[in-house]
Amino acid sequence: MNFDDTPEEAKFRAEVRAWISANAPHDLDEDLKKSGLAGLRLPGRDIMAESKAWQKKKADAGWAVPHWPKEYGGRGATPIERVVWQQEEGLYNQLAQPFAIGQGMCGPTVMAYASEDLKRKYLPKLASGEEIWCQLFSEPAGGSDVAALRTRAEKADGSDEWVINGQKIWTSGAQYSDYGILLTRTDPNVPKHAGLTMFIVDMKAPGVEVRPIHQMNGGRGFNEVFFENVRIHDSHRLGAVNDGWNVALTTLMNERMSIGSRLATGFPEIFGFVADFQLPDGPAIDNAAVRAKLADWAVKSSGLRYTAFRAISSLSKGERPGPENSIGKLVAGVMTQDIAKYAMELEAEAGVLTSQEDAPAAALFQNMVLNSPGMRIAGGTDEILRNIIAERVLGLPGDVRVDKNVPFNQAPGR
Amino acid sequence: MNFDFSDEQKQLRDSARRFLEKQSSVAVVRRVLEGDEGYDRELWQGLAEMGFTGAAIPEEFGGAGLGYLELCVIAEELGRAVAPVPFSSTVYLAAEFLLAAGNDAQKKNYLPKIAAGEVIGTFAYAETAGEVTAERIKATVSGGKLSGTKIPVADGSIADFAVVAAQSGSGLGLYLVDLTGPGVTRTVVDTIDPSRKHARIVFDGAPVEQLGSGDAEAVIAAVYDRAAVLTAFEQVGGSDRALEMARDYALERIAFGRQIGSFQAIKHILADMYVSATLARSNCYWGAYALSTGSAELPEAAASCRVSATKAFQHCSTNNIQVHGGMGFTWQFDCHLYYKRSNLLALNLGSLSVWENRLIARMRARNSARDAA
Amino acid sequence: MNFDDTPEEAAFRQEARAWIAANAPKHLKEELELSGFGGLYLKSEDPMQAGKAWQKKKAEAGWACLHWPKEYGGRGATPIERVIWGQEEGVYAKLSGLFTIGHGMCGPTVMAWGSEEAKRERLPTLASGEEIWCQLFSEPAAGSDLAGLRTRAEKATDGSGDWIINGQKIWTSGAQHSQWGLLLTRTDPNVPKHKGLTMFFLDMRSPGVEVRPIRQMNDQRSFNEVFFENVRIPDNQRLGPVGGGWNVSLTTLMNERLSIGSGMPTGFPDLLDFAMATGDVDNPAVRAKLADWAVKASGLKFTAFRALSALSKGETPGPENSIGKLVAGAMMQDIARYAMDLQGEAGVLTNAADAEARGKFQAMALRSPATRIEGGSDEILRNIIAERVLNLPADVRVDKDVAFNAIPTSGRK
Ligand SMILES: Cc1cc2nc3c(=O)[nH]c(=O)nc-3n(C[C@H](O)[C@H](O)[C@H](O)COP(=O)(O)OP(=O)(O)OC[C@H]3O[C@@H](n4cnc5c(N)ncnc54)[C@H](O)[C@@H]3O)c2cc1C
Ligand SMILES: Cc1cc2nc3c(=O)[nH]c(=O)nc-3n(C[C@H](O)[C@H](O)[C@H](O)COP(=O)(O)OP(=O)(O)OC[C@H]3O[C@@H](n4cnc5c(N)ncnc54)[C@H](O)[C@@H]3O)c2cc1C
Repeated sequence: MNFDDTPEEAKFRAEVRAWISANAPHDLDEDLKKSGLAGLRLPGRDIMAESKAWQKKKADAGWAVPHWPKEYGGRGATPIERVVWQQEEGLYNQLAQPFAIGQGMCGPTVMAYASEDLKRKYLPKLASGEEIWCQLFSEPAGGSDVAALRTRAEKADGSDEWVINGQKIWTSGAQYSDYGILLTRTDPNVPKHAGLTMFIVDMKAPGVEVRPIHQMNGGRGFNEVFFENVRIHDSHRLGAVNDGWNVALTTLMNERMSIGSRLATGFPEIFGFVADFQLPDGPAIDNAAVRAKLADWAVKSSGLRYTAFRAISSLSKGERPGPENSIGKLVAGVMTQDIAKYAMELEAEAGVLTSQEDAPAAALFQNMVLNSPGMRIAGGTDEILRNIIAERVLGLPGDVRVDKNVPFNQAPGR
Repeated sequence: MNFDFSDEQKQLRDSARRFLEKQSSVAVVRRVLEGDEGYDRELWQGLAEMGFTGAAIPEEFGGAGLGYLELCVIAEELGRAVAPVPFSSTVYLAAEFLLAAGNDAQKKNYLPKIAAGEVIGTFAYAETAGEVTAERIKATVSGGKLSGTKIPVADGSIADFAVVAAQSGSGLGLYLVDLTGPGVTRTVVDTIDPSRKHARIVFDGAPVEQLGSGDAEAVIAAVYDRAAVLTAFEQVGGSDRALEMARDYALERIAFGRQIGSFQAIKHILADMYVSATLARSNCYWGAYALSTGSAELPEAAASCRVSATKAFQHCSTNNIQVHGGMGFTWQFDCHLYYKRSNLLALNLGSLSVWENRLIARMRARNSARDAA
Repeated sequence: MNFDDTPEEAAFRQEARAWIAANAPKHLKEELELSGFGGLYLKSEDPMQAGKAWQKKKAEAGWACLHWPKEYGGRGATPIERVIWGQEEGVYAKLSGLFTIGHGMCGPTVMAWGSEEAKRERLPTLASGEEIWCQLFSEPAAGSDLAGLRTRAEKATDGSGDWIINGQKIWTSGAQHSQWGLLLTRTDPNVPKHKGLTMFFLDMRSPGVEVRPIRQMNDQRSFNEVFFENVRIPDNQRLGPVGGGWNVSLTTLMNERLSIGSGMPTGFPDLLDFAMATGDVDNPAVRAKLADWAVKASGLKFTAFRALSALSKGETPGPENSIGKLVAGAMMQDIARYAMDLQGEAGVLTNAADAEARGKFQAMALRSPATRIEGGSDEILRNIIAERVLNLPADVRVDKDVAFNAIPTSGRK
């Protein structure tokens, strides 16, 4: 065990640090500090342009997606180096938000299942941020139960093309994406997991229509996506026909591999906040009740960090990250929500204010309170994560399943 | 002993509910949430015509003289309907300050108009972030003119008058200010629940009239206790509605071939919501009784229902979203109306920690008295 | 709404108060006050003797089971009067722990299903504490899933009409002190599990009954295993129809809910007193915790009172009353742990002589896990609320409509 850098790691860190201090967009520092969990806020600037610029700069110097192989736009960094990079990139990592799904989930799936040609065609531009990807899994009838999805893919007669019809929902970033990975149903006559197939879809193809959804926090980050006779060449299929469920599991497993990427909990934010914030009898940090709350969150936050580090050590030894990593989002989601509420409680009457100018801490916590419910749902709800831990880590039996081994088109509840 | 509302009070609840289902439908709430009107005028007028704004105002001042139990019943329904009206500012605060500290002329001037829905009032208190204390109030009255800044003031942009807490040579005092008069600049500020507008009010030599001459802090504490009970009823109404929405969705939504309400993970979330909503309701009944009888237990009962109902509403509104999955996070579904309102009401009268602290201080005082006896 | 006494209630309270002042065993008051949940610290007297003596005295003056009809040992009091009595009896109620199951669950079941003769014979001695009753429901294979029980009752082949019992019960509280027991058995294993049950009451001194105390994690021995080997029960001790035992047991459980008025202990008043005595109540962190529990405790109290008002209007108390134990159980556990935390290193001490608050919170910490299990675990209570109050669908059931002897199980012999 060694919580410090080895000499090689220290050298790597120094290199990263030097490069970042020479190249990062320091003019954004102030705004980035105020963004955090509130979502990226760069008043007076085009967020996408700033994000793409930083990503491109990193890519040119070989720092975009450092752990990807060189030929696909990375630099072949080790898992530990990746963590070192993230620690050093710090604040600026927020600029990578538009690429997170593409690089964290779509890229690895393409890497595992696409032909060499396609990998060379798509991955470098995904790495450099020139092209953005989205993940088209969830549907109105299939969220937690994603295998219940209905979007059809049918082979066009006498051609190498598939014809897609149906609807996706909750697709984050679809409105600015160039490509997506698309999970479809190719055979409705077999049980639900056995009739799925995965594709790469061109989001600009004829027949793809993206309609932004208005979120409860006022944002429009996710979308409905409609497919009407959209054609996809068979070369863009990922994995075997009807083996889409396995391919999707790769995607989800890779989501877990991104654990190293800082899981936001809100703890550093509230710790910073209470240091300055004045209660009637002095700084909040000196109040015993505040301390009791902070201590609880402090150990959760360090527990999560070191759980992630332990997973990285297994990864470095070539072990595959398992379902135990589901605890990250489960703990962080609720914690963010609680932290935001508590900070607002300390702000008291002024806690209701939400504009950056009026609200304490530039409305950081108010935005967190409005964003956090989404965190507890996106990419596996709290309940599904608990089921995963119970069933796949602890070996408990699955829920009684009424749709098991039933052909999809005869399953109950349709 | 009887721990329930009377049949007449239940009838009042039913008619309030029917009225609000029509007049404060989700469409009405959303119109205020998304628009610039500070409140729904038609609904406000309707509430006055129903006698609700004057429910607890004595008949001699133009009220219906029904009483506080009735006002609690109405408050619960307003909370359930997330009604977009300045009811709490006008009825729980402004009217109560007038009743507690106003002279006869002041009562005669304002209360009948409140009962008739002709004026909107509010209380302007906080100036900075954090618990409001007398020391933190910098607004000052001198020579009958008020100067200073208050933020956030609930309904501050639409109110006709405000009760303002301000310093003067003799310490903290309460003053009545005509918000439509000179020396008053108000701007709407963004808040967590845009269906209830708040303002920043800058006073620059605004003429004031003194409201009461006693210990202002004591008056504020007493009125806040009363308002806490009424607000807690709004919170309980909101909790119940959020629970119902979650229950209905759990019955409707199918995943893995089953109603999601058949999964214990969901059932237990809902059971826990029921528990917190029920405990809050029971505490509220205690508060209602203490409020209506002017019992010496009111300070403790008020803090109990405030703490309990704040927690319950936040718990229920948060889990309502969780049970709805992605749908809960959309603007289109109504879950967020309750989530936002719960976060607003949790802070409007001073936050949870403040009330928790008060509650224990009051219980300690009671036990000390018991031990001394 | 009226949280205060009406004139009649005030008069009743006065009467109860006066009688208690004149008759209660005041010499035990201090010890009883220091007794917490999970421990009755009576040094000066044998708890069983003290309990029986107080119960007998109450019975003679008509204060035992006061809500029961006069002819069965009560005084026909209203639900509110019962609460008033409970408030006035205060710490002395701690002496009645032995009778809780008999008075709260067995008695009402006999009252609802027993013959007039059985009622007149059994209930007055139960009310007066002369005889103690226990409840023989749970079995090794049947706790939460009570209807999964296996103890057999078969008609004797000698034509006497008697029933012959074979099998085993477990977790039977107080069986070692009991003269009588309420016994749920299986009379027909060939029908679905809820349909083949029958209820009896039996004399615990019958031949073939063997009681073996179980040592609990808190080192007490209040519950037992009870074995039945060819135990005979006359048919006139059957409660309800053959095969109707499930329904009868629901009466028992519903009556458990009726005891709501008495209120579940939460540990909160004890903690508040403790924090005041130590001065911890001035610490904002302690206040935040106290406030959370304070509103739960008052919420529970007034929820019980509201149920009482419903009861007074003739409504039957419903499953919504399951929240009492659900909230109180976990709360007591948290409170005990927090009080020990406030005691610092001394929190580990358990001996009344050494420990803070005479080890009250330590005893509570060791007893409270059982509260969250006995008489319906937390999970079962949440299911009840979800299904019976909120009308959510029942769990997917693999044993529904299946004959009992064909149901999947762990460890059927
Ligand atoms: C902000 C945000 C961004 C998203 N981005 C994307 C994206 O880019 N691409 C994409 O494909 N999807 C995306 N999603 C969709 C997300 O993955 C789904 O919302 C999620 O899987 C839940 O599905 P659902 O919304 O259909 O809820 P449901 O599955 O209907 O769930 C409703 C409730 O039932 C519970 N439930 C369901 N099944 C069970 C069970 N077996 N046991 C216990 N409880 C259960 C859930 O926990 C939840 O509380 C996003 C969602 C959000 C909120
Ligand atoms: C101190 C004490 C005194 C008692 N006194 C008596 C008595 O006098 N007479 C008597 O008859 N019994 C008595 N009991 C027994 C008590 O009623 C049972 O222990 C209780 O019903 C639980 O049954 P079990 O112990 O078999 O646990 P199980 O039923 O095996 O439960 C084990 C765990 O599984 C959970 N579980 C079971 N089914 C479900 C489900 N459907 N959904 C979710 N979770 C589930 C439970 O919640 C629990 O966490 C007593 C118990 C205790 C602890």
